[in-house]
Amino acid sequence: MDVRAIAYVMGMTDRVALLLRRAGFGPTAGELDVARRDGAEATAARMTARAVRDHDSHDLSILDLGPDADSFLPDNPQPADRTTALKLRKQQSDLLLRWWLDRMVIAGDQVGEKLVFFWHGHWATALKKVSSPQMMLRQQRVFREAADFAAMSRAMVTDPALLYWLDGHLNSKDAPNENFARELMELFMLGIGNYSERDVKEAGRALTGYWVDFVHTRSVFNKDAHDGSKKTILGKTSGFSPAELINHFLSRRACPEFIAARLWFRFASSTTPPPPDVKARMVAAFPDPRAMLRALFLHEAFAATAGTMVKQPVEWFAGALRQLSVRPKDFSDSVFAHMYSGLNRMGQLPLQPPSVGGWPHGIAWLTPAAAQARLDVASKLAELTDVGVRTPDDLARVLAVDIWTNRTFAALKGVKDVRQMLTLGLCSPEYLVS
Amino acid sequence: MDTVTRRRFLLASGVAGGAAIVSGAVGLGLNELLETAGRGRADGIDPGSGTLVFVTLYGGNDGLNTLVPYTDKAYYAARPGLACPADQVLKINDRLGLNGAMPGLKRLWDAKRLAVIPGVGYPKPDRSHFRSMDIWQTGSPSEVLTTGWVGRWLDAIEAPAETAVSFENVLPPLLAGQKRAGACVSVNGLKLPKGISSKMVASLGRAAGGESELQARAAQSYNDLLRVEGLVQQAAKGPAAAVLPSQPARPATATGGDSVLSAQLSQVAMCIEAGVPTSVYSVSLGGFDMHADELEAQQRLLGQLDTALGAFSDRMQRTDAGRNVVVVVYSEFGRRVRANASQGTDHGTAGPVFVFGPAVKGGLYAEHPSLTDLDDGDLKRTTDYRDVFGEVMRAVLKIEPERYISGHKFAEMNFIAYE
Repeated sequence: MDVRAIAYVMGMTDRVALLLRRAGFGPTAGELDVARRDGAEATAARMTARAVRDHDSHDLSILDLGPDADSFLPDNPQPADRTTALKLRKQQSDLLLRWWLDRMVIAGDQVGEKLVFFWHGHWATALKKVSSPQMMLRQQRVFREAADFAAMSRAMVTDPALLYWLDGHLNSKDAPNENFARELMELFMLGIGNYSERDVKEAGRALTGYWVDFVHTRSVFNKDAHDGSKKTILGKTSGFSPAELINHFLSRRACPEFIAARLWFRFASSTTPPPPDVKARMVAAFPDPRAMLRALFLHEAFAATAGTMVKQPVEWFAGALRQLSVRPKDFSDSVFAHMYSGLNRMGQLPLQPPSVGGWPHGIAWLTPAAAQARLDVASKLAELTDVGVRTPDDLARVLAVDIWTNRTFAALKGVKDVRQMLTLGLCSPEYLVS
Repeated sequence: MDTVTRRRFLLASGVAGGAAIVSGAVGLGLNELLETAGRGRADGIDPGSGTLVFVTLYGGNDGLNTLVPYTDKAYYAARPGLACPADQVLKINDRLGLNGAMPGLKRLWDAKRLAVIPGVGYPKPDRSHFRSMDIWQTGSPSEVLTTGWVGRWLDAIEAPAETAVSFENVLPPLLAGQKRAGACVSVNGLKLPKGISSKMVASLGRAAGGESELQARAAQSYNDLLRVEGLVQQAAKGPAAAVLPSQPARPATATGGDSVLSAQLSQVAMCIEAGVPTSVYSVSLGGFDMHADELEAQQRLLGQLDTALGAFSDRMQRTDAGRNVVVVVYSEFGRRVRANASQGTDHGTAGPVFVFGPAVKGGLYAEHPSLTDLDDGDLKRTTDYRDVFGEVMRAVLKIEPERYISGHKFAEMNFIAYE
């Protein structure tokens, strides 16, 4: 066994690099240098600080999508008018996606940006059904602006995109549907096993009375359609308004534990559950997600999770763009279309989670079909960048890879062409797993 | 309505993940699978055993609008606006009828080749899509298991990869064992970007000492990719090429096993006709989670299902190998008896299972659950799902169900006429 292999077996993982890879989308060589100088603790504290000041850039302000496409329709719309509206809707949707991808790449506050992506997967809502990019953007503002998980939950219970996605706009006092209530408990706030079927039915009643106003991008509460009568939910009997329901869930012990476990699952390890001590520290920091992450990153158990996460395609993509200094804002239309299709084929098009359960994890991303799409996207990225690399060591530095295995080192050694080298590096098993 | 897709089931389930890592679940090329044709059953598999095809309906299909109790006043009372009108159902007796969108299954019923089993479920129903589907596929209603019952059988006989096959990108829990797993078959060939050779890709796919399990799995995915490519090229030259033209066109957006059911079933049919020794196939159709505006949407989906099943059944009757095929159609749960205000239904409990094939003795195999004697608004099961699986294990695979599903006393159902 040579030195390289020994280093591998010894688990010579760079703690600082691991932190940066997990806390953000993929560190640049410059960011890694700064973090190494400061050390893991100081870096974790800085990145998760409550008021990280981002650099002042117009590109970081909230996008203005303009009004809903249907609001331009004349009174008696003809098929041609509908086609025009559909086109505009698609343009607005693409604009939103491009803006978001660009933010992932340029945001200085990487923890904040990665959390937005996390919450998108947590409250997984798909544009495909919602159809309004304005409502998707509005939902994203909640992820960006809510002070903590408590404030976010209170906003999400009336979020028009989420309501529409889970048929909440059709949920009325006469015969409530329980779709929203079930997912609120199972997937968003408490986790499976922490409620009964009776609780689901009763909570469904508490959520009655909303409708969705697409033109004004908002939900409207109709008191007459709301069931204000007594309900018993998780042992408490009350009239339960939607807000009261959320507060009730927030007060349950299961809630912080569930959120801690979900954060651990996406930032630390999707293969092993959080050790009790980490979980307890994260729960103590609830409902502030940054503080919960800080507790996670500063815990010794975090370093032990190296090698247990497969990068999600969007993490892989945004990280590569950061390291190669390529911005989605600068994509030509044809490059954008190429990347759109690539993300789709890799299985992760932002704004389009496959279901309310959010994105897959782990080996699910490692299918042969995804491998093929990845090669294609990687080679396109390699074509777009000006970043040059000459040796495997250069490449490891640019891509923030700790060390190449003998396998990949051998694969890279004979390669002279920069583009080929970058493509192989981006597709290497070492780069895909963090 | 589309909030739960098949994909998510497969991916959300812890079962597929864990087991697939252990087994290094293979992505098999269709042509590679076809090359196994004529090999005969592997060691440990009864040479006289038949072929099982599982059709999984993801999302919780509304059983009451599939197998309709069209004379029951309680049915119409519970679902004003959502009930199937009596004159539109395809009657199978004086109480029950199939949804009007299912003439194919009705033909099978008339030919006495369709077993209808109403009210199939399990104790203490769980209304989470994900947990309930795991219960069906692992065969364990109480204990959380990480293997499917077919996967446990694959483990026991150390089955080769082609023994159980899914035409999806991701392995369903049903086919996941501890050591072995079914194969996910893809039919797409490989197109590499300019400047990247398959030799380069192969070099990324080599094993490296001391790397993490996930990293090794990432490397493996490049090997799988190349294997498919090599086989496609080989097959284009070899005898298997003759089979290729009959391959169904995959939808243009085939991004992740999301091909429609009829395409999946034609691939199954092709393999069976070619004499591939696969014992268990898994195919699926998603989109049954209809909390709102259900009537027409479900009818459309049932129509798709029926067309695909009808065509498959016709095709199977034309070949010798097809005569040993038994198809089982199920969903993770039925829906609530009462419609909700959105003209949809919420998650419920027991639902009908359909089994058909040349060896199936057509008929009704259980009482339909009462619509008035309910368990908190939900149907009470009249058949345990494990008895249905037990029957096909005994009669089709020729294996003892007790060995692969524990903690259940199997009742004989006798809907299959195997000797």
